[in-house]
Amino acid sequence: MDIILELRDVQKHFRRSDGVVRAVEGVSLRIGAGEFVAVQGPSGSGKTTLLMAAGVLMQPDSGAVVVAGEEPYKLSAEQRAAFRATHIGFVFQQFHLVHYLNVLDNVLTAALASRAADAKERANELIKRFGLASRASHVPSELSTGERQRVALARALLNRPKLLLADEPTGNLDEENGRMVLDCLAGFAKEGGAVLLVTHDPKAAQVSHRALRMENGKLAGG
Amino acid sequence: MNIGRLIIREILFRKLSFALGVLSVLAAVGCLVGALASLRNHDRRTERIIAAKQAETQEKMELLADDYRRITLKLGFNVLILPKDQKLSDLYADDYATKYMPEEYATRLAKSRVATINHVLPSLQQKVKWPETGRTILLMGVRGEVYMRGAGQKPLLEPVQAGKIVLGAELHQGLKLKVGDKTRLMGREFTVAKLNEEHGTKDDITAWINLAEAQAMLGKEGQINGILALDCTCADARLPLIRAEIEKVLPDTQVIEFASQAIARAEARRRAEAEAVATIEREKQGRARLRSEREAFAAVFVPLVVLGCAIWIGFLSLANVRERRGEIGVLRALGVRARQVLWLFLGRAVAMGVAGACLGYAAGQVAIAGAEFNAPLLAAVFVGAPLLAALASWVPALLAAQQDPADILRQE
Ligand SMILES: Nc1ncnc2c1ncn2[C@@H]1O[C@H](COP(=O)(O)OP(=O)(O)OP(=O)(O)O)[C@@H](O)[C@H]1O
Ligand SMILES: [Mg+2]
Repeated sequence: MDIILELRDVQKHFRRSDGVVRAVEGVSLRIGAGEFVAVQGPSGSGKTTLLMAAGVLMQPDSGAVVVAGEEPYKLSAEQRAAFRATHIGFVFQQFHLVHYLNVLDNVLTAALASRAADAKERANELIKRFGLASRASHVPSELSTGERQRVALARALLNRPKLLLADEPTGNLDEENGRMVLDCLAGFAKEGGAVLLVTHDPKAAQVSHRALRMENGKLAGG
Repeated sequence: MNIGRLIIREILFRKLSFALGVLSVLAAVGCLVGALASLRNHDRRTERIIAAKQAETQEKMELLADDYRRITLKLGFNVLILPKDQKLSDLYADDYATKYMPEEYATRLAKSRVATINHVLPSLQQKVKWPETGRTILLMGVRGEVYMRGAGQKPLLEPVQAGKIVLGAELHQGLKLKVGDKTRLMGREFTVAKLNEEHGTKDDITAWINLAEAQAMLGKEGQINGILALDCTCADARLPLIRAEIEKVLPDTQVIEFASQAIARAEARRRAEAEAVATIEREKQGRARLRSEREAFAAVFVPLVVLGCAIWIGFLSLANVRERRGEIGVLRALGVRARQVLWLFLGRAVAMGVAGACLGYAAGQVAIAGAEFNAPLLAAVFVGAPLLAALASWVPALLAAQQDPADILRQE
């Protein structure tokens, strides 16, 4: 099995005036292609920090992050951005859609950096797959929360990433929509992608292949 | 999808914020265009006023010159060339010269083309008794002028034909003679050809006859005792110049000047001309002062407005960046480069500048009546306004580009 994401002894501390926050403390983790890994843990345990480090958005203090065989933190900032565009998809609890763009254009923002030639066809295909075809020209404020998260999912998948990182994607959704999102993540893994999901949601852990616990910046179990 | 499309969509979404930016560029460009157009208008008005004044002066000077010419013609000759040995005391005591020179001198003088005198008239003059009437008169023999500047020149004194006589006012009035009357003088018969008006000089007791006849009657064949001329009144120290010139051509003559009224007239004319020139100069200076005052005002006012507009755009852009923090974070997570984010905000500012330049130029043109289309200014405004807007938005755009997406995504 190809290893898509490998974290080796990753550490991230935040230095503040009132002391050091040990957000991530020596985490090692491997996720292979087709694998869906869920990380659960209490608030403040360092889940989001871990996800940012894995997503090439936050350089760890020490340790190595390897994505699809490359060490992105050894690249320049520009190259790192390009690497994110082509290798990693993100889904957030808050969706983070662009307010002034309609559904189609929001999905297409992922093509701003990748400049994929078939972006438009791929976007339409994803929109159809997520049942948003009739909403393609709507702006986010006209969508339900479930629809918004589906738009975010379509955007995350536009560039055919190898790694999908999801931070509490079901946190703002009702049960049915949450289920739909989890199914989608599972589907992505089934097609050969690697998924790292961090969540409080016990149901999410059930659909994953491997459920890990995070506490005080440290991973346990699995 | 590209950054340009993103910019347009955002502008259409946040119309008010964009419109406020455009409005401030409009104000700055409008002020600049308006100020320049009004200065240009001022210049054109100045040109019109000065041209009108100059035309008026020109007309006046032509009138004066015409006037002067007429007066000079009336006064007649003002330079008298006499034989060198003529004593001036005798001339003034006797009213005529008692020394003679060859008539050919006049031709020689005219041929030499001296520059300082104009009309050359040889004459023979003598005080005689008019035996037939018992009066003492000045008899003057004249022939036509010896032309200096071609035959076209209008003579100051018409030549008198043989057998004709021209009479001064005192003579024809006293003798009750009319044009065409016959009269006898020293045994010869003359027909009255012309009656002169009263001059108030010894001209009034002068009788003009043909030079050759006078020479025969006075026994002075081929002789004259004076050459009358008219000076050109062109330079200030005329007499020494005239003397020097004539001395060269006719060494045994002397030159005297009379009838200085013409000179006074000429000087008055020169003074009037100088005064007119000075008046125009004063007008020019007044207009220039007014212009520099306006220019100084514009030089303070326009940059102030431009600065205010730049600050305003800077704040608008800053607000825009803050409002779009989440968007910046997610775009960066999606792999959009920092430089693309910079352009996202600079592009918006440039669009603001272009729109403001269009409207501002139009507003400036409309506000100043009679403003002309000014292509270089339009071009400058079209380059300058977007540049200024981009510069004003530079710091906010840089802040946007430097934001850490991880921070944003965690906080939002
Ligand atoms: N930029 C930062 N500066 C200082 N402290 C930080 C920063 N980012 C995270 N932290 C701290 O690091 C710890 C881990 O934060 P993190 O957001 O990763 O937790 P989390 O597990 O995602 O919590 P939650 O489930 O509530 O989202 C927290 O105590 C947080 O206050
Ligand atoms: Mg979190």
